[in-house]
Amino acid sequence: MHNFTLAELINGLRSNKFSSVELTQHFLNRIKELNGDYNAIITTTASQALESAISADQRLANGNAPEMCGIPILHKDIFCTNGVRTSCGSKMLDNFIPPYNATVVENFENDGAVMLGKTNMDEFAMGSSNETSFYGPVHNPWALDCVPGGSSGGSAAAISARLAPGATATDTGGSIRQPAALCGISGLKPTYGRVSRWGMIAFASSLDQAGPMARTAEDCAILLNAMASFDEKDSTSVNEPIPNYRSKLDNPINGLKIGIPREYFSEGLHSGTEQAVRNSLVELQNLGAKLIDIKLPSSHLSVPAYYVIAPAEASANLSRFDGVKYGYRCKEPKDLEDLYRRSRSEGFGEEVQRRIMIGTYCLSAGYYDAYYGKAQQVRKLIQQDFSDAFKSVDLIMGPTCPSPAFKFGAKGNDPVAMYLEDIYTIATNLAGLPGMSIPCGQVDGKPVGLQIIGNYFNEERILNVAHQFQQSTDWHNHMPSELA
Amino acid sequence: MAIKPAEIKKLASLSRLVVDDKTITDVTDRLSSVLALVDQLQSAQTESIDVSRPFHIAQRLREDEITESNKIDELQATAPEIYNGFFAVPKMID
Amino acid sequence: MSWETVIGLEVHVQLATKTKIFSGSSTRFGASPNTQACAIDLAMPGTLPVLNKQAVNYAIMFGLAIDAEIEQKSVFERKNYFYPDLPKGYQTTQLEKPIVGPGRVVIPLADGTTKAIRIHHAHLEEDAGKSIHDGDIPIGVSGVDLNRAGTPLIEIVSEPDMRSSDEAVAFAKKLHSIVTSIGICDGEMSQGSMRFDVNVSVRPSGSSALGIRTETKNLNSFKFMEEAIQLEVDRQIDLIEDGGKVTQETRLYNGDTKISKPMRSKEEANDYRYFPCPDLLPVIVSDQTLDELRSSLPELPDARKSRFTQQYLLSDYDAEILASDTSNAEFFESVAEKTKNPKLAANWVMGDLTARLNMENKNISNSPVSSSQLAGLILRISDNTISSKMAKQVFDAIWLGEGNADEIIEARGLKQLSDSGSLEKIVTEVIEANPAMVTDYVNSDESKRKKKMGGFMGQIMKASRGQANPQQVNQILLEKLNELI
Repeated sequence: MHNFTLAELINGLRSNKFSSVELTQHFLNRIKELNGDYNAIITTTASQALESAISADQRLANGNAPEMCGIPILHKDIFCTNGVRTSCGSKMLDNFIPPYNATVVENFENDGAVMLGKTNMDEFAMGSSNETSFYGPVHNPWALDCVPGGSSGGSAAAISARLAPGATATDTGGSIRQPAALCGISGLKPTYGRVSRWGMIAFASSLDQAGPMARTAEDCAILLNAMASFDEKDSTSVNEPIPNYRSKLDNPINGLKIGIPREYFSEGLHSGTEQAVRNSLVELQNLGAKLIDIKLPSSHLSVPAYYVIAPAEASANLSRFDGVKYGYRCKEPKDLEDLYRRSRSEGFGEEVQRRIMIGTYCLSAGYYDAYYGKAQQVRKLIQQDFSDAFKSVDLIMGPTCPSPAFKFGAKGNDPVAMYLEDIYTIATNLAGLPGMSIPCGQVDGKPVGLQIIGNYFNEERILNVAHQFQQSTDWHNHMPSELA
Repeated sequence: MAIKPAEIKKLASLSRLVVDDKTITDVTDRLSSVLALVDQLQSAQTESIDVSRPFHIAQRLREDEITESNKIDELQATAPEIYNGFFAVPKMID
Repeated sequence: MSWETVIGLEVHVQLATKTKIFSGSSTRFGASPNTQACAIDLAMPGTLPVLNKQAVNYAIMFGLAIDAEIEQKSVFERKNYFYPDLPKGYQTTQLEKPIVGPGRVVIPLADGTTKAIRIHHAHLEEDAGKSIHDGDIPIGVSGVDLNRAGTPLIEIVSEPDMRSSDEAVAFAKKLHSIVTSIGICDGEMSQGSMRFDVNVSVRPSGSSALGIRTETKNLNSFKFMEEAIQLEVDRQIDLIEDGGKVTQETRLYNGDTKISKPMRSKEEANDYRYFPCPDLLPVIVSDQTLDELRSSLPELPDARKSRFTQQYLLSDYDAEILASDTSNAEFFESVAEKTKNPKLAANWVMGDLTARLNMENKNISNSPVSSSQLAGLILRISDNTISSKMAKQVFDAIWLGEGNADEIIEARGLKQLSDSGSLEKIVTEVIEANPAMVTDYVNSDESKRKKKMGGFMGQIMKASRGQANPQQVNQILLEKLNELI
């Protein structure tokens, strides 16, 4: 059953090939058996899942159930789940049980989807390798000594290892697309504001966006249908019509104009990765697309701008973790200052503390204009680059990340080496654009991701092209050899 | 921009974090390396750029109606320390 | 050396919304700790703010009431600092683009003139929670109650335009009058609905440079504010005259002990790292909203004052007092309309009624004497049914709930004797009973006779058990005595 796509499982449930309870039990068994190898899941909610599955079967029997009804999924542990520990990968929230659901979780629950558990992640979503999780690193199913990418490494590895047919994830600078690429699955970061941020623990509020991960583009479309909503509780949620993301998947793509930014094929790009991406562009050409060289001249500024804006916002967003109202508190604080400082230093890991300090620095008196002010202006330049490009092309494509999965500890002491992992993904977050990564090849047995960037609210087009690509290629069906 | 250990202490204090003398050199080195990265911003030509979001125009406003009820028990369930409904902290000075 | 005082105020006004600025929790005062603090107010992970429309409208109304420019695209920012009563670790406030721009407030001065105090700006922000340090909490522990966290505030920042504690108090009172008149604040000072931070400095008279200022924070009554300013001015002058220098610092004034002292928390840590709040978008105010709010504004205290001087011929002083508070003004107008006697209405509302309300810690909206009852009483004074002295007795009885003026006058037999027959009879009896006083009166100089009449009056009033109409008695007595000369 675990080799079926989500779309196939939906059909299976409706044609009574299996029940939601059977399906749920199957994936729970699989998680029990295999999660130890990957550490992709922090919390498994077995009994709750089976209860949901029973209700889902009932609902399916009654007819007219939503597509996601009875489908088991995983949520990244950044989404608050009512009554279920939500850790955000941090010791700080190791004991935190929210009494409310994130809107994304609520949307799936309303549709009758079954939550299997919560996936591992870089602490507070700060990382590109899943090495910063308090719960230990996630292992890439394609090579257990390699990272799965981050921060949604748990969700990506779980999909790749067939521990669930779909999962939620979040993307602040590439945290859906980069792990999707490294784990050989499909992942979509929608337009900023398309999916509600309510109940999603904030890293950098103006960049954070939730999206789906699954094996195929079609499955991502199904998940996005359930996830996307206009939410009064999130002031940045956008009240735009939500199409059925499945409806245009089968449209032909001949005449499609694909922009190829020369800046995305620069030094630092692994030659194998480049080759895989170029091959897939040829494949798209064969399907009738036209490739057009474009320029995104401010690209080189996206990583520096990101590493001002994201830490600045994070430094404020993480101030609420102070040991007073919830979360970790140090033992026997000698006074209030001691409580604050030790609770935060003991509760947060090294990377989180580093980013808080960078953000604090960039906002502090005398530095604001040179850093935060400047970064916001650069952000505008980057937006401008894209809006200029979209005057002449429909989509923009390139590699998702510079190289395939790397070994644990490979980017050890220099944080900047890790930050450059997101060099191709960050710009879309700064611009608020939708972007997707789909499997497009392999290097040394490790998957490579093709990144597809669309204009605002053009997820439908991205999914259509990704689906068409997957109809004529089979990279998305490749499995880690261990599982085959 | 090179950052000095004294500045790190100040940042740690503003952020309510502990940086002890054992790790301060490492922390200083790594932060300096990140700041060297972000200093690339200074080369950007950004005169007269108006900062705004692409399609988020205006804040939505909520009607002034009570939608929340008392959920103190649920909300304080994982609180570190509570007395008589108060969140307890070591005594504050003004 | 003579010194000039320079004062600027920052006034926090709690807006009278039903719910908080960023959440749907109630703002009702006095609930048990943390029972009105929802997940948003507690800054639980993943929660987000959505702005209360009424809070925005109230801020705009204040701006319109002080003739300020309204910023049609204002921005919320985060002000970062750690404190247990600040759940997010930052306060959501406005800095670069506050919703209310420069405006002015006119205050009355002691000499009868007025003075305009410039308002630098007013911005919207959220209130913090409250802490307790003893009582329901063990020794060495502070308790944090976040019920107040997220209550909408406007912070009104004045220019340093005031030159005495009297002016500062007049300004504070005028703001109180404005915000309560337009209904954006309940004005309950004892519940912290208005709180004042005063910036005080002194300089040699004639100097134009500003001295170093201190800020005394969180004063919640006019009286404490006045005391704190006086104390601070004296302290600064003493300090400078003794060769010292004023330190720029934040101070706290204790109204019970009458002592002020610098805050102990470290000032060096105040690097607030403001930046635009990414969870909120710019607040856009349309021309249409502005027009609607402008036309919905009730009469402002200054307009009401000038109407009172014209319509009811009140003095500036009386009009200022009566017009400053909407409930008072409405009560007065109701009494004045019912009695057609605005002068007496004003005297009673400002005099006996206010005194009694103050004494018993009540206010006009829960006054035991209604405006109809007071009007009934005044009508009986105007038509001479009772004397002013009797009226006080009747007023007390109304206060105690014994009924309306007419019922009490009737029940107690307080009706003033006005029929000339019975009055003449009493006067004649008193004259006949006191031949010595009559002789004395007759033999006195014309100029002293008026004074001598007092003796007769006293006896007549006593004989009538106080019910004789004094003017009528006076007239009859004069006639009778003059007949004897």
